[in-house]
Amino acid sequence: MSKKWNFEDIATWGPGRHEPGATIPDSGTADEYETGGWRTDRPVRDREKCNDCMICFFGCPDSAIIVEEGRMAAIDLRHCKGCGICAQVCPRDAIEMRNEIEARKEEEEEE
Amino acid sequence: MSRKAMTGNGAIALALKQVDPDVMSAYPITPQTEIAQNYAQFVADGAVKTEYIAVESEHSAMSAAIGSCAAGARTITATSSQGFALMWEMLFIAASLRLPITMPVITRALSGPINIHCDHSDSMGGRDCGWIQLYGEDAQEGYDNAIQAFRIAEHADVRLPVMTMIDGFIISGAIGPLEVLQDAQVKQFVGEFEPLHPLLDVANPVTVGAFDSLGGWYFEHKVTQNQAMARAMQVIEDVGREYGELTGRPYSHFKTHMIEDAEIVLVAIGSAAGNVKTMVDKLRAQGKKVGLLKVRTFRPFPTEQIRAALSGARVIGVMDRSDSFGAQGGPLFTEIRSAMFEAEPRPQIFNFIYGLGGRDLFPDDIEGAVALLEKAAAGEEVAQTRHYLNVREG
Repeated sequence: MSKKWNFEDIATWGPGRHEPGATIPDSGTADEYETGGWRTDRPVRDREKCNDCMICFFGCPDSAIIVEEGRMAAIDLRHCKGCGICAQVCPRDAIEMRNEIEARKEEEEEE
Repeated sequence: MSRKAMTGNGAIALALKQVDPDVMSAYPITPQTEIAQNYAQFVADGAVKTEYIAVESEHSAMSAAIGSCAAGARTITATSSQGFALMWEMLFIAASLRLPITMPVITRALSGPINIHCDHSDSMGGRDCGWIQLYGEDAQEGYDNAIQAFRIAEHADVRLPVMTMIDGFIISGAIGPLEVLQDAQVKQFVGEFEPLHPLLDVANPVTVGAFDSLGGWYFEHKVTQNQAMARAMQVIEDVGREYGELTGRPYSHFKTHMIEDAEIVLVAIGSAAGNVKTMVDKLRAQGKKVGLLKVRTFRPFPTEQIRAALSGARVIGVMDRSDSFGAQGGPLFTEIRSAMFEAEPRPQIFNFIYGLGGRDLFPDDIEGAVALLEKAAAGEEVAQTRHYLNVREG
């Protein structure tokens, strides 16, 4: 939820409630909008092989590589579109593209 | 106030110079007009503080104007003909982002066949892109409209881009008399630009042009655009009145000539209104009850006011300098006839298409149009609604 802009009930907003030009009085709001829904392949990283070189971070067009304290912490699957660039550029073959549906099934089974 | 002899292009360039906006982006090669050329000279001479961006196309000119205005700068551009057509997709974006860009348009034909001369195909084709449209008859109106455009576009109730038209070559390239305000008067009239949510206000970051698709609010945002258009009606009148107090030349949505007791009224837009006015005076001297309504505001269209003004007419002839292929008539005709649908009694309305590709409109052509309208007024059957003036037959 954005700090500055209260849009809790935006689903009910008519024309009178919007800023002129549909301007959003806040920035970085894409973070709150899930765009990873159309992925067909999912990147899965092998922690053993990865040495946190961060080449995947520079390659990712969607800022979906989560960095924490200089290390490649995880892949942001809410924004990853599954393009596979990270797997392509990884010099240690530490990222594998796996079928999204199968990966989800496995996830559910593990849970 | 001083009096000068200037071309339409020169008059508009001078108006823009007196406003001295923050940014002008323009394509510097044909079909660009002397407006951009003269303004580039002002920049080179240090006569204005404007940042001048010479871009590689009109699509880029409008794109740069959008970015500049969203950043918080008072922004202008200028165009004509094919350049206007190339701007097309960005025109809609400027309007939907509610950016108060102003743009003089020198109205000229669209190809093909290739033709560079005057008609209204360019601007009339863009009548539904969400911009306010003001049409001028001569260089003076081009100058006056260019100045008023800033006040209208930037008004808090409006926040929409404004394009101001004059006729290509006939007005843009011809020298005529011009009453010029002092620079300080113009600057005081337009005031300081106060941007709304500028991108360069980094302390208050905003997002402009976000995704707004299915499940979003695109529909609601389109409704707000039309509401702003509706509010612009009053703002255009208020600004026109205030401009009149300053200059002695008040402006409204249209101007009438001899329509109070007129049975036949011609409706015209652009430079042809001057020709029609001369003919109206001539026919009045012959005792014919003929009048003229000259349209200035085409978007938003002043439906109620025009209906009221034309309510006494029995027969109306609407003159269009552009055709609308496959439609019931030219753009002005369809607006006027739709406006008069609710008039009681409903007048007969005919359409005269003239002047395409710069074809001359002669006094005889207007007289011929009036003769046809007189037939209709006398109760004779007139078969067609749409007529072409000064077109070769056979």
